[in-house]
Amino acid sequence: MILQVEGVSKRFGGLQALSDVTFDLPERQILGLIGPNGAGKTTLFNVINGVYKPEEGRVLFRGEDVTGRRTYDLAHMGLARTHQIVRPLNELSVRENVMVGACFGREDHGLKTAGEIADEVLRFVGLGSRAGQLAGSLNVGQKKRLELARALAAQPFLLLLDEVLAGLNPSEIAQMVETVRAIRDQGVTIIMIEHVMHAVMNVSDRMIVLDYGKQIAEGTPEEIANNPRVIEAYLGDPHLAERLMEET
Amino acid sequence: MALLEIREIASGYGEVQILWGVDLTLEEGQLTSLVGANGAGKTTMLRTVMGLLKPWQGSVWFDGRNVSQLPAHAKAELGLVLVPEGRQLFTDMTVEENLEMGASPRRAKGHLKRNMERVYTMFPRLKERRYQHAGTLSGGEQQMLAVGRGIMANPVVLMIDELSLGLAPVLVLGLFQSLKELKADGLTMLLVEQNVQMAMAVSDFAYVLAQGQVELKGPSRELARNEHVRSAYLGM
Repeated sequence: MILQVEGVSKRFGGLQALSDVTFDLPERQILGLIGPNGAGKTTLFNVINGVYKPEEGRVLFRGEDVTGRRTYDLAHMGLARTHQIVRPLNELSVRENVMVGACFGREDHGLKTAGEIADEVLRFVGLGSRAGQLAGSLNVGQKKRLELARALAAQPFLLLLDEVLAGLNPSEIAQMVETVRAIRDQGVTIIMIEHVMHAVMNVSDRMIVLDYGKQIAEGTPEEIANNPRVIEAYLGDPHLAERLMEET
Repeated sequence: MALLEIREIASGYGEVQILWGVDLTLEEGQLTSLVGANGAGKTTMLRTVMGLLKPWQGSVWFDGRNVSQLPAHAKAELGLVLVPEGRQLFTDMTVEENLEMGASPRRAKGHLKRNMERVYTMFPRLKERRYQHAGTLSGGEQQMLAVGRGIMANPVVLMIDELSLGLAPVLVLGLFQSLKELKADGLTMLLVEQNVQMAMAVSDFAYVLAQGQVELKGPSRELARNEHVRSAYLGM
């Protein structure tokens, strides 16, 4: 198991953002993490990569208890993530942005090696021809790829993707899905938070569904799509609707 | 005749396109619901119809007139009224002051008293709390006030963005029952709602939006039994 999440709970004041979340993630899998708005998906990422320390439970990464470990230490250990809202260093070139990722990743690379890694990663995500451009001049789809490239340059074992498909047009979505698959094929384990449901169902080996901070389902995409609790979480409670129809 | 007709609307924010050519028609006196998963484009649709966002392409026709280029306040003057997501109340003003603010379109001013009576009859809770600051209301009461403020604008078409979001089931049921009352009064409404089951139960006609396009549409009673609705949400 590359990642074990055991009984993780996280509160913000009176809000129980995560309660007792538990799952194991084998290497080289793609795990889809879905759930309605406010379900706690990004909070779970923040607990896994050390932004938040959970009140209860622990996180094991490659067998080691890393609960509450600093984010930059986890980056050194091979855990990288992308963010929902991308914030490239706009005044630096695309290549320099990716070099930053390489310099703060799993290994301490000098600038020369970091540059080589950046070139390779940029080619891989299809931004090779944009390397010299200022990051601020990219369009949304390209910025999403840059965000991914920065994370990949850290040469992670585990990659957390937070809505990499959001804001992309249908053909960009198809390309990005292929890129995610290709990353996994290189041996990287992936957890992806995603709202573009057909895409995440298509690419995931396994899925977890959060609703109000609780893990309400786990299984293959097909099991998830047919799970009554998941359907209710997304479509609402049919019994309440029946009452509305009855009462006049 | 269609009271509101939306033709081939494309819209978005900055360089991000959200809607990819959406057609939607509201028949007079009907409650139409627009449902769809997170990020499907429902709120963008309402904001574009209302004029808070300029359509990139396509047109909005209200009562036979092309209103695509009119700003939101001008649309409110015609009777196109939006109850926004997240309520957007004036929290430091009283319940009654919030309702009075709703009557700011010229077309609504003369009907202020009658509409306030209408709101208080529908939501007696608001009458009880009329002198209380809106910020001290519970979530359910705030949503009642947001709908009430919409009614104060004397709408011809009332558009509601996420009636039930974040509310407990018993409150959700109460709010949906109020919609049934408004419908019985003959008000034309467009409801954007995450709770598909409730939206289908209350509406006459429904559209399912997915990835910024209409995935399904039809009479709500038929769509409620349609397996494709589930797959529009869950991708398979």
